[in-house]
Amino acid sequence: MAKGVLVDITKCVGCGSCTVACKLWNDMKFSEKEPTMGPEAKLSANNWTVVRFNEVKKENGKVWRFVKTQCLHCQDAACASACFAKALQKTKDGPVIYYPHLCVGCRYCMIACPFNVPKYEWDKTFPLVSKCQMCSTKVAKGEAPACVSVCPAGVFKYGERDEILKEAKATIARDSKYVQEVYGEKQAGGTSWLYISDVPFEQLGFNTKISSVPVSTYSHNFLKYTPVVAVSWGIILTGLYHYTKRRNEISKDSGKNVKL
Amino acid sequence: MTAQGWSFRMTPIRKLLILLAALCLGVVVFRLVTGLGTVTNLNDDWPWGLWIGFDVLTGVALAGGGYFTAIIVHVLHRDKYLPIARAAMLTSLLGYLLVMAGLFLDIGQWFNFWRPFVSWGHTSVLFEVFWCVSCYTTVQVLEFGEIFTERVGKKWHNAFKTAMPFLLIIGIIFPTLHQSSLGGLYLVAVNKLYPLWWSTLIPYFFLISSFFVGPAMICVESTLAGNAYNHKVPVEVLRGLARIGGWFMILYLILKIFDLSNRNVWNLVFAGNLEANLFLLELVLGVIVPILIVFSGMSASRSGLFIYGLLVSGGVILNRMNVVFTGMSGSAGASYFPSIWEWAVSIGLVSIGVLAYCFIVENFRILGHDEHHA
Repeated sequence: MAKGVLVDITKCVGCGSCTVACKLWNDMKFSEKEPTMGPEAKLSANNWTVVRFNEVKKENGKVWRFVKTQCLHCQDAACASACFAKALQKTKDGPVIYYPHLCVGCRYCMIACPFNVPKYEWDKTFPLVSKCQMCSTKVAKGEAPACVSVCPAGVFKYGERDEILKEAKATIARDSKYVQEVYGEKQAGGTSWLYISDVPFEQLGFNTKISSVPVSTYSHNFLKYTPVVAVSWGIILTGLYHYTKRRNEISKDSGKNVKL
Repeated sequence: MTAQGWSFRMTPIRKLLILLAALCLGVVVFRLVTGLGTVTNLNDDWPWGLWIGFDVLTGVALAGGGYFTAIIVHVLHRDKYLPIARAAMLTSLLGYLLVMAGLFLDIGQWFNFWRPFVSWGHTSVLFEVFWCVSCYTTVQVLEFGEIFTERVGKKWHNAFKTAMPFLLIIGIIFPTLHQSSLGGLYLVAVNKLYPLWWSTLIPYFFLISSFFVGPAMICVESTLAGNAYNHKVPVEVLRGLARIGGWFMILYLILKIFDLSNRNVWNLVFAGNLEANLFLLELVLGVIVPILIVFSGMSASRSGLFIYGLLVSGGVILNRMNVVFTGMSGSAGASYFPSIWEWAVSIGLVSIGVLAYCFIVENFRILGHDEHHA
C-alpha cells in the first residue's frame, strides 16, 4: 500500500532538523547561497527539502509559520506521465523515483509539475534532474523518510496514506483552529504528502489554484486518439492518392477538363 | 549533368552567413563541453527557452510547407502546383534537420538522446513528438534521395522513385501527428500557461496553423529565391496556394472564437495587459489581415503575396513565442532573456540552413522541376 506523510504546520518550530537530515542521508552539499531555512529558502538541485519561514497576519498580530517543502509525491504524478523515457516512476510504496541513467535531460518534467518541484543541475556539464526521492530505500524497508524520523516537534505522521488522510480529517474536524481543508487530498489528483494548517494555505505560499484533475488526464485524452488517427488518415490519404491520380489520367485520356 | 562540377557561388551575404555559421559551431562545441548553465540563461523557473521556443517549436511549424505540399501536390495531384513542390519539401527537410540539431543541443544528457527509443514513456506527449519527428526526418531524407540520385548514385534512382508514393503518405501521417502533439506538449501546463493560450484544443491550433503557414512560407521563400535565382513562380500558382491556406485560416479563426467563448475568456482578450495585446496582435496581424489579403485583389500581385507570407509566418512565430514565453511568464518566479550565445546558436542554425538551401538549389534540380513522382 502507498505510504504518505501528514505535515501539521501548527506544530513546526522551524528548527530545520529535517533539512539537515535530508542532506546527510542523501549526501548533498550545503551552500550559503542556497539556504535550506528562512524566508528565502527554496528548492534547488542541492536542496530536496527546505523550511520556508512565512510571517502572516493572524487575528490581532503577526505570527510566523514554517512550511516544510519537498516533492509531494503525487498519486498520479505529472512528472512521471510527462517523462518520455520513464526516468521518473511512481512506485507502489508511494515515492516518485528518478532514474538518472534513463534521463535525456529534456526538462519536460519541470514544465509538467504543477508544484514546480523538479530542479536541474544547471552548472554541470551533464546535468540531471534533481528532486526528493522520499527516501525510497528507507520506505521500502518500512522506515519513515529521514526528514520525518528526526523531527523533534512531532510535526509529521507517517503511515498508510488512506489512514493518515482519515486522521488529518479527524484532527481538523476536532479543532476549529484548523483551516477545514487537507492540502494534498485532491490537488492534482491527490498527493502522498498532506498538509494541515491554521493559516489559509495561499498565505503560506501554497498554490491553491491547482485543480483536482490529474495533469496526465489531459495528455491521455489527447494521446488516446493517436493510433486511430494514424491508421484512418493513412487509409484516407492512400485512397485520395489513387483516386485523384486515376481521375487525372481519365481526364487526360478523354481530353475533357474534369474539375477535381 | 554529371560532367558539371559542384558549384557554390560566393557573395558578401554568403560570407556573412558562413561567419555566423562558424560562430554557431564554436558555441555548439563550447556548450557540449561545458553544459547548459554557462552558455544559456535558462534556470529552474525557465527550463525551456529560446532553443525550444524558436529552434524547435517554431522551426517545426515553419517547416509545415513540406507536408502541406505533399498533400496538395502529390496526394491530391494538383499538378499546377508542381513548380513549388521540390523547393517547399527541401525547405521542410532542412528545417527538420535544424530542429534535430536544436533539440540535441538543448538536452542535458545529449549522449542519451536515443533512450526513448528503448525506454518507452508512452504516456508522454513528448514521446509521440520524439518518435514522429525522428521518423519524419528520416522519411524526408529518403524522399530527398529521389532528387539526390538524379545526380549521385544514379542506379538507385528508380528504387527511390518507386518508394515515393509510400514515403509521401507516411510523410504526411507523421507531421499530422507531431504538429498537433507539439501543441499537446503544453496540455500538462494546465495550471501554468495563460488561459488565452491554454486550451484542450491547443493541439488542433498547432496543427492547423502549421498547415496554413505552409503556403505563406512558400510565398516568402519563392519571392526570395525568385529574386536570387531569377526563377519566378507564376503569381496564379502562389495565389492558389494562398487561397487554400486562407480557408484553413478561416477555420482556425472560427475555432479560436468558439474556444474563447466555450472557455468564457473573452474578458482576457480585451484586458489590455501584455498577454492580451500580444494575443490580439498574433490573431489580427497573423490571421485576420492575411485572410483579407488572400480573398481580395491584394493577393493578385507578388508584393501582396509576399506581405501575406510575412504576416502569416510572423503570426505563427509570435504564436509559438507567446506560448513558450508570454503565456508562461505569469507563473514563472524569475525572468528569462536568452543569452547572446543562445541567440548566436539560433541565428547560426538558420544561417546553416540558408547556405545548405543555396548549395542544394544550385546543384540539384529543385527550382523549375515540374514532373510527377511515380
